[in-house]
Amino acid sequence: MLKLKNEFSLERDISGCGLCGIINSKKIKTNGSDIKKAISIEHDRGNGLGGGFAVYGNYPDYAELYAFHIMYDNLSAKKDVEEYLKNNFIIEKEEPIPTFKTSKIYDHPYLHRYFIKPKSDRQDKLFHELGDDDFVVNSVMLINQNYNGAYVFSSGKNMGAFKGVGYPEDIADFYKLEEIEGYMWTAHNRFPTNTPGWWGGAHPFTLLDWSVVHNGEISSYGINKRYLEMYKYNLSLKTDTEVITYILDLLIRKHGLPIRLAVTVLASPFYHNIDKMDKNKKELLIALRQIYGSALLNGPFAIVFSYSNGMIAMNDRIKLRPLIAATMGHFTYVASEEAAIRAVCPSPDSVWSPKAGEPVMVEFEEPMLQKGGLVSL
Amino acid sequence: MTKSSFSNIQSEYLALVDHNKCVRCKRCIQNCGWGVYSFGGDRIISDHNKCVACGRCYTYCPEGAISIVKNPTVVRENANWKDGLMKDIWRQSETGGILISGMGTTFKYKKYFDHVLLDACQVTNPSIDPLREPMELRTYLGKKPSKLDIEFDKNDEPILKTKMPPQIELQTPFVFGAMSYGSISLNAQKAMALAARALGIIMNTGEGGLHDDLVPFGKNIIVQVASGRFGVHRDYLNSGIAVEIKIGQGAKPGIGGHLPGEKIGVDISKTRMIPVGTDAISPAPHHDIYSIEDLRQLIFAIKEATDYEKPISVKVAAVHNIAAIVSGIVRAGADIVYIDGYSGGTGAAPNIIKNHVGIPIELALAQVDERLRNEGIRNEASIIAAGSIRSSADAIKAIALGADAVAIGTAALVVMGCHVCGKCNTGNCSWGITTQRPELVRRLDPEVYGEKLYNLISAWSHEIQEVLGAMGVNSIESLRGSRERLRGVELTDTELKVLGIKHAGF
Repeated sequence: MLKLKNEFSLERDISGCGLCGIINSKKIKTNGSDIKKAISIEHDRGNGLGGGFAVYGNYPDYAELYAFHIMYDNLSAKKDVEEYLKNNFIIEKEEPIPTFKTSKIYDHPYLHRYFIKPKSDRQDKLFHELGDDDFVVNSVMLINQNYNGAYVFSSGKNMGAFKGVGYPEDIADFYKLEEIEGYMWTAHNRFPTNTPGWWGGAHPFTLLDWSVVHNGEISSYGINKRYLEMYKYNLSLKTDTEVITYILDLLIRKHGLPIRLAVTVLASPFYHNIDKMDKNKKELLIALRQIYGSALLNGPFAIVFSYSNGMIAMNDRIKLRPLIAATMGHFTYVASEEAAIRAVCPSPDSVWSPKAGEPVMVEFEEPMLQKGGLVSL
Repeated sequence: MTKSSFSNIQSEYLALVDHNKCVRCKRCIQNCGWGVYSFGGDRIISDHNKCVACGRCYTYCPEGAISIVKNPTVVRENANWKDGLMKDIWRQSETGGILISGMGTTFKYKKYFDHVLLDACQVTNPSIDPLREPMELRTYLGKKPSKLDIEFDKNDEPILKTKMPPQIELQTPFVFGAMSYGSISLNAQKAMALAARALGIIMNTGEGGLHDDLVPFGKNIIVQVASGRFGVHRDYLNSGIAVEIKIGQGAKPGIGGHLPGEKIGVDISKTRMIPVGTDAISPAPHHDIYSIEDLRQLIFAIKEATDYEKPISVKVAAVHNIAAIVSGIVRAGADIVYIDGYSGGTGAAPNIIKNHVGIPIELALAQVDERLRNEGIRNEASIIAAGSIRSSADAIKAIALGADAVAIGTAALVVMGCHVCGKCNTGNCSWGITTQRPELVRRLDPEVYGEKLYNLISAWSHEIQEVLGAMGVNSIESLRGSRERLRGVELTDTELKVLGIKHAGF
C-alpha cells in the first residue's frame, strides 16, 4: 500500500527543495519540456523522494469545471469517494490521468481525474448556503481527512497538479508533460528528511486555483497551524506548504485582502522600516501585523505561488533560501538557481535576485512586471 | 485569653554578630526595619525573634560582621508533622487568628515551567544571529479585529478602512504587575514608572489610586479599578493608557484586601480618597458585579467614561474553571485578560488561601489560550500571564504557551532588594518597598532602582532574542502560542494534554 497521507511524523514533515516557475503574461502556451529541463538542472536539490508540477491553462475544454485529481491506493477507496462525488457533484467527465510507465517510477497509486461542478440541489444546502468554492474546499478537506486511501491533490479550474515520488524529470515523463500545454508552469524537487515514499507529500500543494511550491522550513509552523485551526482549516498533511496555501486562501479569498498586501503578511516588513513610512502606510502595515501576526511565515523559505491571474515568487523576510528571477519578453522565470533559468533561456533580458520579503509578482494581461513589494504598495 | 509568657515558637533565624569584626558603627541598628539590633553599651545585641532574614543588615554591614543563620535548634523531625505545621498551630492557639503573610505561596508545588524545554534549529532550518539580524519583540495589547477592511485612495493605494481598537504598544513583552500605593511605597512605584517609561512598557497602579507624582507617567501606566474603588474618579480613569478591573489575584483568589489604618497617612489618604487612619478594605467581590453580565456593564461604563480610547483589562486569578471564565470575560468585552497564577505575590493574604487556592499559571494559560482558539475569539483579547514569572525562560515558555505578554511583580521587588521574606504585611520592610515608614521609604532611591529594573528587563529581553534566534524566528509573534516549540519532561500524559505539548523525544 502506498502512503498518500501523512502518517509518518506525529506533527509535521520537514524538507529542503528546489523550485522553478515559468509564466507567460500573454497566456501563450508552451509544453512541459522547458519546465522539465529547468528543474532537472536542480536535480541535486532533491533526493528522489518527491517531484511535481502545476500547470495552468491545460484544460481549456473544461475551463468552467473543477478538475479534481485524486490518488487512490485501493479501488474500494475509489468507490467510496466516487459515491460522495456522485451525490454532491455533477460529473461531466472522469478518466484515469494519462501516465507513461517508466522504470524509474515503479510503484504508483491509482491516479484519476474528474471534471465536476457542485450540484445546485446538493444535500448540504439544507443547512447552510455555501458558495461553490467553499463547498469544494470542504469536500477536499473531507475526502483528505476522512476517506482512507484517497487523496485529492488538485481541485482548481483549468489547472492541474502532477506529482509523485521520484525525481521531477522522471515524474514529468511519467505524466507525459511534454504533451501538456499551459501558460504557467511551476515545478518542485523535494528533499524530505523524514517521510520516504509519500505521494501526497510531493509539491505542488494545491487548493482550488492556488498552487504552491516551496523550499523552506517554516519555523513558525506551530502558531501558523493553530491560527488556521481557529478558522476551521484542517491541517491533515502537516506540511509547511499546506500552511502557506491555507494562509493565502484565508487572506485573499476569505478576508478579501489584495494580493500585494497578503504577501506583506507572509513576510512582513520590520517595524524599524515601518516606523519610517508615511502615516497611512505605517498605520496600515502596523494593523496588518497586529491582526495577522500569527500568519507571519517566519523562518527560511522561497515560494512560488500561482493562481488563475498570475504568479508570485518571494522569499522570507531575511532571505534565508535562494530565489532568482529573470525576464525574457513576456516570459518570467523564477528558480532556486540561475543555472536552471539559463538552461531554458540562455540570455534573458534581465536577471536579478529578489530582495528579502519583496515579491516578484506577474499578472496576466498586464505585461508590466512589478519588481519588489513595497514599491508597489 | 491570657497570653503565656513563654512561646513554643523559637526564632527561625539567628542574627549573629562577629564582635571581633564589628566596629560598632550601628549601621545595622539603623538599617533593620524589624528592630532586631540594639546597642548594649559596648556591643551590638540581637533579638533573634524579630529577624525575618530580609538580608538588609549584612548587605549594609561595612565589616561583613553579620551572618544570618537558620536556627539550628530542632523541632523534632517528623515527615508528617513538619515544624511549620506545629508552629502554625502554636501561633493560632496563642492568637485565635487567621495566619497572614506577604508574597506568594511558600509551598513546594510542581513548577511546570521547570518541566518544559525549548526547541532550537539544526540543519533543516537555520538559526538567526540576534547580534546581526533584527529581532523583534514589539507587542501590542488590545482587541484585534479578526480581519482588516481595506479601501483604495485615488492613486489606487490601499488604506486602512477598519478602525482599530485602542492598543498598548510594548517594546518588549513585559509589564510590571499591579502593586498598589499602600501595599508598596511611592518610591517603589516611582522606580517602576521610571523603568517602564525608559523601556517602553507599562506599570500598573494596583488598586490604590494614582499619586500625583506619577501622573506624568500616564502613557506607561495602567490604572486599576478594584472592589474598594480607591482613588477612582473620571480623571483617574483617563490618566493612564488603559484601565484594569481587578476581579482577583493569584495569591488570594476569592477574597478581598485590607490595608490597615496605621498605613493610611496623608498621602495615601489623598491618593485613595479615604480619611487618614481608616482601614482601606476591598470587599471580596465587587458589589456591583455578581455575575458576568454585571462585569460587561462595568467594562462598558468605563469605556464610556474613557471615550472608548483605552483598552479595558480584566484581572482574574487562575482557578479551576478558568478557561470558561476567561471566555466569558472576553465575550463581556474585555480587551485584555490578565491571568494571575496561584504562586503570584501579594502584600498580605491568609496562608490558608495563599497556599491552597488556585491553579498554576502554566496550566491555566494553556487551557485559556486553547479555549479561546476553539471558540474562534483568541483575537478578541490579549492575554497577560502572571504568577511568579521568575526568569526570561519562564516568560518565553509562557509566551509560547499562548500569552501575549507576562507581568512581573515579585521579580521587580527582588530588584529593589526584596529577599522574599514574606513579611510585607507588617509594614516594616527594611528595603523601603512594602512599608510606609518614611525613614525606610527614603532609602529606596527611585532612580537607582529604576535603572536596575531597566537593566533586568533589558537583560531578559536580550535573552528572549537569543532564544528566538536559536529557534530561527525573528519576531515574537512567531513564538506566541507556538507550542510546537515546547516539549515536556517528567510530566504525565494528562499534564502534557493540559499544556497542549508533546513529551520530549516526540
